[in-house]
Amino acid sequence: MSSSPTPSPNLMLPAGLALPKSLIGPVLITTLLIGAHLSFGILDGYQKLLLAVITSIVMENLLHKYTKGSFKGISSAYVSGISAGILIRSAYFWPFALTAMISIASKYVLRYKGRHLWNPTNFGVAMMLLIAADSTAVLSIQWGNHMWAMVIIWLVGIFTLMKVGRFNITGTYLAAFVFFAWIRTYFTGDTFLTEVAPLTGPMYQLFALFMMTDPKTTVKNPWAQSAVVVVIAFVEMLLRLGEVVYAPFYALFIVGPIALVIEDWWQSRSQPVSGAEAVPHT
Amino acid sequence: MKPSTLKYGSVALMFVALFFVPELIRQFTDQTDRAQASAEESLERYGFFMEEVSQELGVTFVHQRCDVDDPLKHIQPQIAAMGASVSVADVNNDGYQDFYVTNSAFGEPNHLYIQQSDGTFEEQASIYGVADLNQYPKGSSMGSIWADVNNDGWEDLFVYRYGKPVLFVNQKGQKFEPFEGATQFPDWVNSNSAVWLDYNADGYVDLFLTGYFKEDVDIWDLDDTRMMPDSYEFATNGGKNYLFRNDGGRGFTDVTQEMGLDNRKWTLAVTSVDINGSGFPDLILANDYGVDELFLNEKGKRFVDMGPASSMGDIPKSGMSITAADFYNQGDFALYVTNISEAGVLMQGNNLWVPTGSTTIDGIEVPTYANTATSAGVEQGEWAYSGAVTDLNNNGTLDLYIANGFYSATPNTDYWYDYTKVVGANSQVIINASNWPAMKERTFSGYQQNRLMLNDGSGRFREVSSAVGAALDKDSRAVAFLDIRNDGTMDMVVANQHAPVSVFKNQVNQDHAWIQISLEGTQANRSAIGASVTVEWTDAQGQAQRQKQSVSGGEAFSSQSSRVLHFGLGVMDSDTVENVTIHWPGGKRDIYEAVPHNQKHTLQESTSARFDN
Repeated sequence: MSSSPTPSPNLMLPAGLALPKSLIGPVLITTLLIGAHLSFGILDGYQKLLLAVITSIVMENLLHKYTKGSFKGISSAYVSGISAGILIRSAYFWPFALTAMISIASKYVLRYKGRHLWNPTNFGVAMMLLIAADSTAVLSIQWGNHMWAMVIIWLVGIFTLMKVGRFNITGTYLAAFVFFAWIRTYFTGDTFLTEVAPLTGPMYQLFALFMMTDPKTTVKNPWAQSAVVVVIAFVEMLLRLGEVVYAPFYALFIVGPIALVIEDWWQSRSQPVSGAEAVPHT
Repeated sequence: MKPSTLKYGSVALMFVALFFVPELIRQFTDQTDRAQASAEESLERYGFFMEEVSQELGVTFVHQRCDVDDPLKHIQPQIAAMGASVSVADVNNDGYQDFYVTNSAFGEPNHLYIQQSDGTFEEQASIYGVADLNQYPKGSSMGSIWADVNNDGWEDLFVYRYGKPVLFVNQKGQKFEPFEGATQFPDWVNSNSAVWLDYNADGYVDLFLTGYFKEDVDIWDLDDTRMMPDSYEFATNGGKNYLFRNDGGRGFTDVTQEMGLDNRKWTLAVTSVDINGSGFPDLILANDYGVDELFLNEKGKRFVDMGPASSMGDIPKSGMSITAADFYNQGDFALYVTNISEAGVLMQGNNLWVPTGSTTIDGIEVPTYANTATSAGVEQGEWAYSGAVTDLNNNGTLDLYIANGFYSATPNTDYWYDYTKVVGANSQVIINASNWPAMKERTFSGYQQNRLMLNDGSGRFREVSSAVGAALDKDSRAVAFLDIRNDGTMDMVVANQHAPVSVFKNQVNQDHAWIQISLEGTQANRSAIGASVTVEWTDAQGQAQRQKQSVSGGEAFSSQSSRVLHFGLGVMDSDTVENVTIHWPGGKRDIYEAVPHNQKHTLQESTSARFDN
């Protein structure tokens, strides 16, 4: 969740109130966070959230300055930090800072042909679950489990995604999840409602609305985007059959980078390299 | 090498280094002593040593989980997860503490262990008439608490059940008879905890009884599977809590509503202590699927919910135990609440609510708290039921024992994945037991070791259960302390779900002094429940020390320890403590000076006891 969904110039707001493109993501996630915390107290405390946000912004700018010689805006790092602050659950402060640091650093280290492969927060969270499971968990139960809260967040999120032209990602994922939930019932013996139940929780809302739709770590072609999320949902089903609690994070962690590499390979096969374009055909 | 390559390499190196941070933190912060020590080493290092002695002392009780109706069978271990309890009292007034443990399966008896003068126990529940309490449709025992309800000088027994609660009156230490007075006890309540308190300071103990599942839920004859919580964190469909006023020992009247305690959270534990020194006992509740609650007692006229104002009631967790203790020898009660933590899945952490001051809300002075469990090192439990408190090594600071473990079934299996499918879901899913995945004999936070957290006196605790011989990995529920053999050491009884009870005898460094205070009210209730005692002494380093304890009518989870207050004093140069100050329920005060230690004192409320204010 390092970047906001790519927005259109405005979200049907009056011209004077149109949000700059770079602020739509931060504003949306901040609005959700404030609403959820004031309604249900989802945060353990503001200090941990603040730590994640500040660490993320500082890390981003330090690394950007060091590697590229200039400071960077705070929008992307802010979303990464706030996402880590919401998703990570721990009694301690350090996991919030460490998640933010790993998330941001991954953008600068794990690169392929000029772009980072993992959604930073997805990478940070998945790594923390591997290296610090004894002191870290992920948001799994919050927002009061009330229907109205769930519906409002889904509606706001979907509306935003539709306006920025990325609803196909989330929509396809939801459909695939529901289909594979039905498949899982044959293996688990549990009811369809039980298998589809996670979709009604807030963790999935953050995952499907924000993390999966990160423009920088999703493939470009809309059909390919839909195909990739079907694969993610399929891998998630396999992980779920293996009783992996945080299956969606791991599924995205596994499939996302592979899809980007394949896309790059595909494009390099089908498009002439830039140097060749200068050579006149004869 | 290009500068850009160097830069990339250094960033990559830093990136890799980040992955070792958790291990470094583990190494530097680990507060667990895992190595088993011999008795001598343990006495030398920690000042005490514990030994499991159930069989030697004649304690053979094995708790049996109850069965459930067919629609709940797939999650039976969760529905029938509780019922192993322990409570302590001197049943026959022979000066030795006895204890009562409850069973839950229908047809299985509860046990009453009467202590003999040699420290062994004889099981006499049938003789006393309190054995056969687990029968449908009367109910299944979940716990018990003791108090002298009619001030006749004999301890009476209240047993709460999933079913009809029952009060037994002690017949001069010979047997128990059902209470014959008029009561408004409900015909059915699914209760996991209760506490005695004299909320109106009329000299008779009143009763607060909690509800877990709603009172129309009969888990053996279920009408509707929509009986689970409607939220994992903000559930509002739990059982009703009750406050019963003791009418002069002749009956109990339901005063819940008029006292402002109408509440449908899923309460799992309750304790009562005069938290603000008003002279009237307050109520503190640990709620499953919700926030902790603090109800301040307004001079016996009503209770006011001050949880949010006190900062206790903000973050919902799975509260399962509540204990009030002066961990820092400051003369104030901190509150320890246990919750659930499971590595990599759910990190609620336990709460240690430490007083920070007070604020005034609507003219009421409300104590405020901060959760300092992390810095104290008592945050990480596991699936933590009781958090019980006493001074195990008589060093002058209160230690903490945490009973862990939910359901130990097939090893190397885990129900957590299936659990998270429903508990993170919307209320329409979670509320219906039919939607909860079958457990299929999978372990669910099982085989967890209990923790013995030793207070180092500076506000930090160290886990020493293995090192001092107190390791236990059963599915423990209730914990009670008592002094077996009256030798000045606090011994421990742990009630384990669907498993034998565990009795630990404690051996303490004899250089450490102690003092025990047994109270008897004359104007206050005879059991002195709600009275607090502050002992002030000077330790061998010349430092002034003081510690406050309260006579409890029930605490932790389904537990009640001995009501003889035990104070460890550490190494003493003097033969006496400076002061013993008693605050009786209602606000009166007695002070005793130069009280000899290393003995038990029975102190009766004096007729000259003065009001503080």
